[in-house]
Amino acid sequence: MTLVESYQQPETKARSARSDSVLLDVDNLHVHFETTRGMVRAVEGLSFDVKRGEIVAIVGESGSGKSVSALSIMRLLPKMTGRIPHGRITFDGRNLLELSDEEMREIRGRHISMIFQEPMTSLNPILTIGLQITEPLQIHLGMTHEQAHERAIELLGLVGIPDPARRLEQYPHQFSGGMRQRVMIAIGLACNPKLIIADEPTTALDVTIQAQILELMKDLSRRLNIALIIITHNLGVVARYADRVIVMYAARLVEEGVAENVFHKPRHPYSMGLLRSVPRLDRPRGAKLETIEGLPPNLAIMMSGCRFAPRCPFKIEKCAEEPALLRTDLGGLSRCHRHEEIAAGKLAWTGGGGGGEVSAARKTTPLLSVRDLAKHFEVRSGLRGSGGTVRAVQDVSFDIYPGETLGLVGESGCGKTTVGRLILKLEQPSAGEIRFAGTDITKASAAEMKALRRKIQVIFQDPYSSLNPRMTVGEIIGEPLHVYKLAAGKREQHARVQELLQQVGLRPEMAARYPHQLSGGQRQRVGIARALAMEPSFIVCDEAVSALDVSIQGQIINLLEDLQRRLGLAYLFIAHDLAVVRHISMRVVVMYFGRVMEVADRDTIYAEPLHPYTKVLLDAAPVPDPTIEKGREPRLIKGELPSHLAPPSGCVFNTRCPLASEECRQIVPPLREIKPGHAVACIKV
Amino acid sequence: MLRYTFHRLLLMIPTLLGVAVLVFVLLRMMPGDIVELRLLMDGGQVSPEALATERVRLGLDKPFWLQFYDWITGIMVGDFGTSMWTGRPVIEEIGSRLGLSLQVAVMATILAVSIAIPLGTISALYKDSWIDHVVRIFAIAGLAVPSFWLGMVIILLLLYNFQWIPPLTYVPIWEDPIHNLSQLIWPAIAVGYRYSAVATRMTRSTLLEVLQEDYIRTARAKGVYERLVISRHAVRNALLPVVTVIGLEFAFLIGGLVVTEQVFNLNGIGKLFVETVTRNDYTMVQALVMLVAAFFITVNFVVDLLYAALDPRIRYR
Ligand SMILES: Nc1ncnc2c1ncn2[C@@H]1O[C@H](COP(=O)(O)OP(=O)(O)O)[C@@H](O)[C@H]1O
Ligand code: SF4
Ligand code: SF4
Ligand SMILES: [Mg+2]
Repeated sequence: MTLVESYQQPETKARSARSDSVLLDVDNLHVHFETTRGMVRAVEGLSFDVKRGEIVAIVGESGSGKSVSALSIMRLLPKMTGRIPHGRITFDGRNLLELSDEEMREIRGRHISMIFQEPMTSLNPILTIGLQITEPLQIHLGMTHEQAHERAIELLGLVGIPDPARRLEQYPHQFSGGMRQRVMIAIGLACNPKLIIADEPTTALDVTIQAQILELMKDLSRRLNIALIIITHNLGVVARYADRVIVMYAARLVEEGVAENVFHKPRHPYSMGLLRSVPRLDRPRGAKLETIEGLPPNLAIMMSGCRFAPRCPFKIEKCAEEPALLRTDLGGLSRCHRHEEIAAGKLAWTGGGGGGEVSAARKTTPLLSVRDLAKHFEVRSGLRGSGGTVRAVQDVSFDIYPGETLGLVGESGCGKTTVGRLILKLEQPSAGEIRFAGTDITKASAAEMKALRRKIQVIFQDPYSSLNPRMTVGEIIGEPLHVYKLAAGKREQHARVQELLQQVGLRPEMAARYPHQLSGGQRQRVGIARALAMEPSFIVCDEAVSALDVSIQGQIINLLEDLQRRLGLAYLFIAHDLAVVRHISMRVVVMYFGRVMEVADRDTIYAEPLHPYTKVLLDAAPVPDPTIEKGREPRLIKGELPSHLAPPSGCVFNTRCPLASEECRQIVPPLREIKPGHAVACIKV
Repeated sequence: MLRYTFHRLLLMIPTLLGVAVLVFVLLRMMPGDIVELRLLMDGGQVSPEALATERVRLGLDKPFWLQFYDWITGIMVGDFGTSMWTGRPVIEEIGSRLGLSLQVAVMATILAVSIAIPLGTISALYKDSWIDHVVRIFAIAGLAVPSFWLGMVIILLLLYNFQWIPPLTYVPIWEDPIHNLSQLIWPAIAVGYRYSAVATRMTRSTLLEVLQEDYIRTARAKGVYERLVISRHAVRNALLPVVTVIGLEFAFLIGGLVVTEQVFNLNGIGKLFVETVTRNDYTMVQALVMLVAAFFITVNFVVDLLYAALDPRIRYR
């Protein structure tokens, strides 16, 4: 095959007729990376368009080429390694790939803005917010310092940041994650762009904040007629906000269509599987998640035929031939030989899954018993040092039985992670006790702890900081095996590492890679493999699956449940994703601002939530169904978490509670048992 | 900030006291005796009585704790005593040489910084290009070549090419700048080369790291001029660790330049250090050690202040 041929589109593409309303037209885009492992074809033959003011979502697993596509549009691929051997990206009538660097720079931030996933690291830590917002205004619009300052105040107001004039003087570390993402949006909006590309804009944020941010973006997009490309793996987000959906798999577009169609009538097996592997709040809880078995292919290896074939339950002989992107009965596009049969309803998804009910916990003695736990931090703010006490955790009590999963939900900063750290003895509690298998670990001696350490493991929230950048993945996972002598000899260790990699959904050759060579999702999986290596009896899973792709998330949840069944593991499952918590947990604790708001068994808390905060939390989470999502009014919870240095008096939730009254500012509501096993801390219940 | 500064200054006292005890004890554990060394230097005979009177005169007959007490209380009122060898006040002896050492250190630092930051930046920006290779060879050579050897080469080159050697006597810069600079610029170059090599490598590696940061990508996505991305967004962040290296190297230059000073025949602190140690001149050695220790602590402190000035996360912690 000659080079030219290889870029020829295999199909006579039936695409929507180009009209004036098309703002961005990506045509047969190919992106290659030169790596030490050979050439990675990160994007192959991607074509799509975005109309003015339209919201298009790109979904797909990590590594499917979503971010690379976005960076190609911005022409921000790594200079040394990234290459676009073929393709056209027409924006507003101009082919971006033919512009000079300077012409492209004039477009970036002016006509196309980009918002990135990590609000914590996307702003320059040593420059003021004001400077970072006014920079594009002065560069692109030639504003004076004063004009830019005025506009920056206006922008911060627009994205809902109170007291903008003062905030402009501050630095990024003085902002919460949600506030930083608002700042990023303000920067993106600064010059009235025609297109904003948001790459996983809310993945790192809490549900209530996610809803605020997305609502804000949608509102601004509609009001200012800005087209929006939202890249995400959260199908709920797609359902609520997207007009059109593009599904990518292994560097290719596999399905494209109107959001309603893709969700209700997917025409590609991968989309079908994806929708089935998410835990859902709007459906009865299945015993076990259906997942797409297997792993996405290695893009460094040339492949023929359908790329989804190794994981596809409908594979036939013809699938050894590359399927073309064909128009479906619904007017969308599908890259599947059998899309007509799917349309005719002849193929039903039979992916992995099924299986029995999660074994109910035997109510014997608790494995872990937490009583009146409190943790206060003394803090000084600034070198000037005005001090205060942060009550990160207050009066928290719960039990976890062997083989049970207790879900702990709440927004970040509500004390979930601190509870986890106290149990792991990474912090000393200010009050209360934690009994693990009868031993009070708050008072345990070093020798007692040593024995317990292996039994209590953790899966971290942030894979970046917990992986040594100088060790290969194989070494990272092998280290605990070696330190705790869990594998006899090099060979066994190697085999175990391979097994663990497989379990967490990584290809075996990943063992030789370094953390920086992995995508965010892949890094998180390495962290999970490392914890599993210790063969613990209790695992604190702190946002363990939050960063994973839907299909992998499902696999990991199933894996955690499998392990639980086989080894009688108990989990404290800390998460902000309510659907995931509902799926995996047997009982659920809802925390807010350091206190327990509500405790109940899983079904009760989701079916009949009693506490106003639980209700708000359940409302904020979008479900993957565009009909439900688009039909309902956004019920946004106002505001953010209050400052820990100025805690609200009385009920901690009163500053955001829709039912709050004067009474709520007077008394701290105790956790009262309303029904057996269902306790609520609210005076109005 | 003021409170913090004051706090840090207060903390210097116990540290320096610790250094004082250590040097005092260690010196007295070393073999040799200044009195015998000085009086028997010419090989003559000296009566034991003479030695004893000399000891009394220097206060060496008193018990150790009393000697220590006298020394410390002296320091507190700014009296470091007199040299046991020359009899001149320690302050004077050190003072005349400190100016020289300090000047060499400052010049070497200016030289190093003004070479290292641009070179390190260019090298990082053009990673793996020929420029980068040249810079890296420059830096590795700087680490491999001892400063004194480079000093000798410089002197020889000056001699062969211009039949000229730098002046041998030190004149403060405010008295005769030309004379002063034509003497001190050479040792500054000799030590500044190594120094700049260390700082260049540091600049290059931290800048490469910073260039991978998300906020650099954000800056580019905003359409900021590439020039500004580098100078405003990248280099300023990359400077933080470089400041530490520069501080440590600077502190080392005061008192650490023993051989280089020998080569250029400079009467600096390093040379004084060697002389006084071989003579067992207790008061001088003690004062010098205290000086160098105070220097290290101060430089560290200044580095921390610079950090706070450069990094708001530290300022508003
Ligand atoms: N700088 C790079 N060097 C080499 N390979 C890369 C680079 N960036 C991305 N890739 C590869 O390109 C593919 C697509 O990645 P990406 O677009 O980030 O996926 P997504 O955004 O869909 O998660 C992956 O296989 C990834 O490993
Ligand atoms: S082409 Fe074949 S293997 Fe590929 S998705 Fe369709 S049915 Fe599955
Ligand atoms: S006590 Fe009052 S403020 Fe608190 S949750 Fe109940 S109604 Fe809301
Ligand atoms: Mg991505």
